[in-house]
Amino acid sequence: MTATYLETLSAGQTFWRNLAEIPNSDRFRMCIQCGTCSGICPFGKWLEYTPRKTLAALRMDEFEEVLQSNSIWMCVACAACTAACPQQIPTLDLMTRLKEELLLTGNVPAELQLALENSRRYGNPMGESPKKRADWTTRLDTPVPILGKDARSVDVLWYVGDFASYHPEGQSAARAMVKVFQALGVDFGILGPDEVSDGDSQRLAGERGLFEWLAIRNGAQFTRRHFNLIVTTDPHAYNAIKNQYPALDICYPVQHYTEFLYERLDQLQPLLTHEIEAAVAYHDPCYLGRVNHIYEQPRALLKAIPGVRLIELSHQRDNSLCCGGGGGGMWLDGFQWEKAHSRLSEWRIRETVAIKPLEDFLSVVRTLMTKPKSNGKSSLPDTTILAVACPYEKPRFSDAAKVIAPDKGIQVLDIAELLAKAIA
Amino acid sequence: MNILVIIKMAPDLVEELSIDASGTALDTQWLRLLPNEFDEFALEQAILLKERVGANVTVVAPQADGIEDALFTAAAKGADHLIELTGEPENLNNHALARAIAALIPALQPTLVLTGVQAHNDLDGQSGALLAGLLDWPYVGYVSGVQIVERKAHVRKEYPGGLLAEIEVDLPAVLGIQASDEPPRYVAFSKVRQAMQSATIEKRDIGVLNCSGGTVISRMFQPEAKGHAKMLTGDTQEVVARLVEILQTSGAV
Repeated sequence: MTATYLETLSAGQTFWRNLAEIPNSDRFRMCIQCGTCSGICPFGKWLEYTPRKTLAALRMDEFEEVLQSNSIWMCVACAACTAACPQQIPTLDLMTRLKEELLLTGNVPAELQLALENSRRYGNPMGESPKKRADWTTRLDTPVPILGKDARSVDVLWYVGDFASYHPEGQSAARAMVKVFQALGVDFGILGPDEVSDGDSQRLAGERGLFEWLAIRNGAQFTRRHFNLIVTTDPHAYNAIKNQYPALDICYPVQHYTEFLYERLDQLQPLLTHEIEAAVAYHDPCYLGRVNHIYEQPRALLKAIPGVRLIELSHQRDNSLCCGGGGGGMWLDGFQWEKAHSRLSEWRIRETVAIKPLEDFLSVVRTLMTKPKSNGKSSLPDTTILAVACPYEKPRFSDAAKVIAPDKGIQVLDIAELLAKAIA
Repeated sequence: MNILVIIKMAPDLVEELSIDASGTALDTQWLRLLPNEFDEFALEQAILLKERVGANVTVVAPQADGIEDALFTAAAKGADHLIELTGEPENLNNHALARAIAALIPALQPTLVLTGVQAHNDLDGQSGALLAGLLDWPYVGYVSGVQIVERKAHVRKEYPGGLLAEIEVDLPAVLGIQASDEPPRYVAFSKVRQAMQSATIEKRDIGVLNCSGGTVISRMFQPEAKGHAKMLTGDTQEVVARLVEILQTSGAV
């Protein structure tokens, strides 16, 4: 039997053909091999095939070697390479396609495999009972409306997400969000047990088919409810619903909660009466900042809290440092630790610790230059708060702080938690 | 070589289990099922053998919620032939399952039968051992690796106390798999969907079940507390003094 043309193609040539489906794929040919992607990659040292080397291997038709390396699983899909590429090459899409290819061959670290299997079996990567997805609401004084499939209409459908639903650190932020919503009088509801994982991290870990299945399940639930807007506390859910679901004909307006609250800042500000006297460093989540360009709204919310002195970390905005949880990183801790003996979250905590002496000094200067407070409280904060806006980050940074800086007074809080504390 | 893999669904312990009104069985109304973990290792071992020495892998499973998904996943991993046993699966015990499988053996002509060594809902012994008894074939349980060498199976089995045995088994044989040579592989969701389009599940009616020889459950119940921990109250000094007194009077110190 004569082989078809496609059957004569090498693995690399087939991969190259498939890359053509990616928007702006013509730019893959424009790689000038400058190495910016390798340099800016936070795990670049351990990534055997960076976007630059992968494109070079494709040009040389030596793609088989790329597929034999498992170092692609060090890629946390932080999109730093894409943001920095002088040729605007969609490098993140290249890395995701590469993960898809490895996943099809079964080259998947065991930790990631379990998370993917759990996502398929339970609709969440943790392997928790789907029936318990809304159990975090039971400790609240005021019940959170779980929208049934009836005709009840709400203004806001809150897509809660996996980590806010199941992880204790995420649940704490979710409960704070309820307080903020209720203080603002927002008419909202959640899907509860009918919600499944947004699938964005599974997609970025190379499981496109699973992502689509999860998206379609969520989409089916969205169509059965009546609401005006989806608000989510999870930047990955935000990214998925905003940028990925429409390709599956799941089209709904969506805002991250920092956008939603920023638009209501005039209403929110008078409610923020409790002072939080602290230096607060804001960590830009990759999929809120670098990928979706939301930088100012979270900062504006933090500045609105009385007592907060917002400070900037050395990696910030489009140069923010990934927490390490994206692209499957939440489920690759052991694999990545074995290779790097380091965590990106620990790197971030070191940055936060590094700014504290300067902030303390500036704080003392400010105190000397202003009239001492009547209550005699020192304005020198005991703690530095690392403010986050993604449910992946709180557990990652909290754990990192416990490991490398247990005595440095670093507290990790979601912006929603800070707002809730400031509301009387 | 024909390899037959027997898989079955077992209650998913992620959900809380409840007892039905009869007081002798699990309430199946809200029961979530998942493939028995040991059976997944048996399937992986079969696929590994297929890749190493070539084999035709048939997967057979009694009807249950979710079994079609499990069978199509097996096809996506490399299984060649899928069989779903229909009939009265809700009453199926391991004795009846072994008899139903034994009846299929003449038609399927397997050289090797692999199944999970146990399932957490096994109440009447191991189905693999029962099947081997019915067929009068060799059986090795708690196997953690299989090689085919010159028409014989070389199996690895762990014993308590850190002992490892390699056993040569004449074929045909039944093996109860505890672990495969490699962990069960991940199969991409897209491959499972492709299998759903391309693979077919053959339905075989197993007719009236013969459950004799199995256990008769007189009562099924949640663990019952026979006593409770006593919490010592008071300040640290009082608690420590009381604790020392308890330890002394009990003879612990």
